[in-house]
Amino acid sequence: MTAFWVLAPVMVLAALGILFVRKAVHAAMLLAVVMISLAVLYAVLDAPFLFAVQIIVYTGAILMLFLFVLMLVGVDASDSVVETIRGQRLLAIVVGLLFGGTLVAGLGQLSLGTVVGLDEANDGGNIQALANLLFSKYVFAFETTSALLITAAIGAMVLAHRERLTPKAGQAATAAQRMKDYAESGKHLGPLPAPGVYARHNAVDTPALLPDGTPSELSVNRVLAARGTVRSAPAYAEKVDEVERQLGISPPVEEVAQRPSRNQGSTATDEEEQA
Amino acid sequence: MTSMTASLVTAASEVHVPVVAPTEADGVFSLLWLVIALPLASAAILLLGGRRTDSWGHWLGVAAPAASFVLSCVLLAALMGRDEGERQVGQHLYTWIDTGRFEVGMDLLYDPLSALFMLLITGVGGLIHLYSVGYMAHDARRRRFFGYLNLFVAAMLMLVMSANYLGLFLGWEGVGLASYLLISFWQHKPTAAAAGVKAFVMNRVGDLGMSLAIMLMFVSFGTTAFAGISEAAGNASEDRMTIIGLLLLLGACGKSAQVPLQAWLLDAMEGPTPVSALIHAATMVTAGVYLIVRSNFVFEYAPTAQTVVVIVGTVTLLWGAVIGCAKDDIKKALAGSTMSQIGYMHLAAGLGVVGYPFAIFHLLTHGFFKANMFLGAGSVMHAMNDDVDMRHYGALQKMVPVTFLTFAMGYLAIIGFPGFSGFWSKDKIIEAAWADNWVIGLCALLGAGITAFYMTRLMLLTFFTKKRWADDVHPHESPAVMTGPLVVLAALSVLGGVLLAGDWIVDWLTPVVGHAEHHELFVPPIVFSGIVVAVVAVGVAVAWLVFQVPDEIPREAPQDVSFATKAARADIYMDDINDTLVVQPTGALVKGLAVFDRTVVDGLVEGGSATTGGFANVFRRVQNGFVRSYALSVFGGALLVVLALLAVNFA
Amino acid sequence: MNTEPYIILSAILFTIGCVGVLTRRNAIVVFMCVELMLNASNLALVTFAKQHGNLDGQIAAFFVMVVAAAEVVVGLAIIMTIFRTRRSASVDDASLLKY
Repeated sequence: MTAFWVLAPVMVLAALGILFVRKAVHAAMLLAVVMISLAVLYAVLDAPFLFAVQIIVYTGAILMLFLFVLMLVGVDASDSVVETIRGQRLLAIVVGLLFGGTLVAGLGQLSLGTVVGLDEANDGGNIQALANLLFSKYVFAFETTSALLITAAIGAMVLAHRERLTPKAGQAATAAQRMKDYAESGKHLGPLPAPGVYARHNAVDTPALLPDGTPSELSVNRVLAARGTVRSAPAYAEKVDEVERQLGISPPVEEVAQRPSRNQGSTATDEEEQA
Repeated sequence: MTSMTASLVTAASEVHVPVVAPTEADGVFSLLWLVIALPLASAAILLLGGRRTDSWGHWLGVAAPAASFVLSCVLLAALMGRDEGERQVGQHLYTWIDTGRFEVGMDLLYDPLSALFMLLITGVGGLIHLYSVGYMAHDARRRRFFGYLNLFVAAMLMLVMSANYLGLFLGWEGVGLASYLLISFWQHKPTAAAAGVKAFVMNRVGDLGMSLAIMLMFVSFGTTAFAGISEAAGNASEDRMTIIGLLLLLGACGKSAQVPLQAWLLDAMEGPTPVSALIHAATMVTAGVYLIVRSNFVFEYAPTAQTVVVIVGTVTLLWGAVIGCAKDDIKKALAGSTMSQIGYMHLAAGLGVVGYPFAIFHLLTHGFFKANMFLGAGSVMHAMNDDVDMRHYGALQKMVPVTFLTFAMGYLAIIGFPGFSGFWSKDKIIEAAWADNWVIGLCALLGAGITAFYMTRLMLLTFFTKKRWADDVHPHESPAVMTGPLVVLAALSVLGGVLLAGDWIVDWLTPVVGHAEHHELFVPPIVFSGIVVAVVAVGVAVAWLVFQVPDEIPREAPQDVSFATKAARADIYMDDINDTLVVQPTGALVKGLAVFDRTVVDGLVEGGSATTGGFANVFRRVQNGFVRSYALSVFGGALLVVLALLAVNFA
Repeated sequence: MNTEPYIILSAILFTIGCVGVLTRRNAIVVFMCVELMLNASNLALVTFAKQHGNLDGQIAAFFVMVVAAAEVVVGLAIIMTIFRTRRSASVDDASLLKY
């Protein structure tokens, strides 16, 4: 029971956390905490097979699937705090409290009697005993779940599949389109500029500097720009003094005066760096 | 009335009612179906063929009834060659309806009665077709006209040749349809269209009786075939036979324009004149008489129904005669006369076995002379630029000599001039009526006098007196294709009486209607005929005094006339009576029902739906589309379930 | 050993999952809450297996896991499809099917 009394508060707190954290990733992490704790409880409850399955399948596979989808959707997509449905949150909490209260109170009244224990059932080993049941009494349900899994897999493929409605543009067509765009709107013909490549470090999230010293927004991925995780090239430029100091070189005075101001470019901060 | 009923009852109980038991058709009789099929095929070709048949369609239309006529003659000769007992031939074409107990075959019956009718329909019909070639020559829709006429002939032949009541009803409705189509043939005239509708609707009233009679016969006897019913008729109760008879009479009244369903016939004159001659004089309107004579095995067991037939016939013959006296429209005057003459036929048919042959005899002679006169009237109209008002005629005998002479033959026949066909047939009916009941006889005699009056009036106004037509009218004789049929029909009008020679027609029809001894009159027949002729002469003389002696006949009908004339001009107010008794109350009822439907029924229905809609408008807000909201409801439900479980457990 | 605390823990976790489904709007988080509810019920099943000395509860928990795996595959695919067309993973945005 020690394990229970240690883990139960953790699990309840983690579960409550799911309700309150704003980022989905954090919710997934908290759910992982609940699930692993549950696995431990399964072990305590003489269910070693489920302990393994809970960790391998549930936490390892299903929860990872959640994280994959989160990555696709956007890791930091977060809920707004404002409730859109009038009275929904209040009612949910009231009904939830009533439900939980009733359930706990009702269960508290019960006395389940002495625990029989699984020593006898697990005599020849828990996995063997489960296998015996699964392939005798529950064999039909077991086979049916295989059909269910196949259906689910096909369903997921069907849902994720996107029909190509227009023919794929070949190299020639792409080139012709580029020339056309250039003729019509003056769009640059060549490839986009590479992101920042500096003497001290290279990074895809740091824009390249144009000849006049301003950062080129085209050089960083627009997803990074949309997330606001683009680093500031001028910020590094600021640190050149420090580097020079370390190297024992003094910069020419007029170049310092020509450096672009600090706020130009993106809104990168040191906090971001730490995160 | 009681005495008459009694006399009829005794008459019924004395005679033997013949049973229809046809032998299977063989030899030339197996061609029976062709008589109907030829005009039907011609109608189909003409109506479905479209404009391609415009150039030759009318000759096909003439050829079809002519061929049927030739075939009918051959068949008649074959029938005459048989013994009296074997003169009933049946032909089973195919099973028409077969639903368990209800089985109706497409059966034909060829016996002396239908033989006569087939000759009348195809013979007179063929002549009228021929006449129409000339009469409708300038009508753009002549081909369609002939299609309808052929359809009519086929339907009428079906009517008289069917071996069961359902087949008869098929023909009955077929002639009704053809009549409707032909009355409103010039549908661009609102009056013609309205007249067609009127005829159709009034015929529906009669057809209702007809169909009820057929249903009742099926319920009573389990069949609609003449053979089965005539065999079992003697076993049915008299009340039931009376009801069947009265319902059949209702059907006959509708089709034959008898009181009280007579109002449509005068309006039906809106149709082309050949139509009036063929359908509304010679054949279709006599279908009621055919029905009663054919149903002799019903009426012989229903004396009360027979009495009603006699009364209807008597009232109609006077009614039509009175109307005929007042009409200035030559066709309407003839229509009134038609109504009156068919009244004579019904009167005769109502007399039972004694009267049946004379009803048919008068029907045939009337078919000849009335078709003749209608066609003659058409010829006159042709000469007078389609003017129908007799007050605009006068002194035409020199202008249209052939028409005049043939019309005169018809005139002499209808008034019953000794020796002419109408003399023999009408005289026999009056005689038989008098022998049965002197009141009826007196009415029939009076009718003969009035007939003489109005026909003389028609004759004088048209062909004699002074010229009253406008200067721009140039009367001329019709072409030979029109006068030819007139001559033939005039000859038939004169000579039709030979059918009675040696009581031939009575003997001929005996296998169908049975045989009865003649009643004795209070005077010898020759004297009685003298009395009839004298009454007719009085009628002619009165007409002469009124219309020929005064020098001037006004071109416009005078309005300051007696009440009787006004009433007769207005068809004895029958349209007004119908309007007051039937049309207006029905209209009011419909209006009331419409208001009831709009307010109460619609109010309930729409109110109910509006209430439901109102509730839905409120409660649909629950369906807000938010899945979390629905989940909350589910969660609330789960809470209730848990609470309920706990409540049950701890109670 | 007493199993009642396990059951009560299971009930609490289940309730928290429910409330999460009702209050969170990110479809993926909602889905996680559903998983939390499934896990809570699994805990109850395993506990009762222990209570009654009978492995059927564990078998049931095993089947719940299998079905949950299938459900997650399809559910996440649906969420992906919705996100692809609407650029949003909020369950409130998919509310066209209404009065």
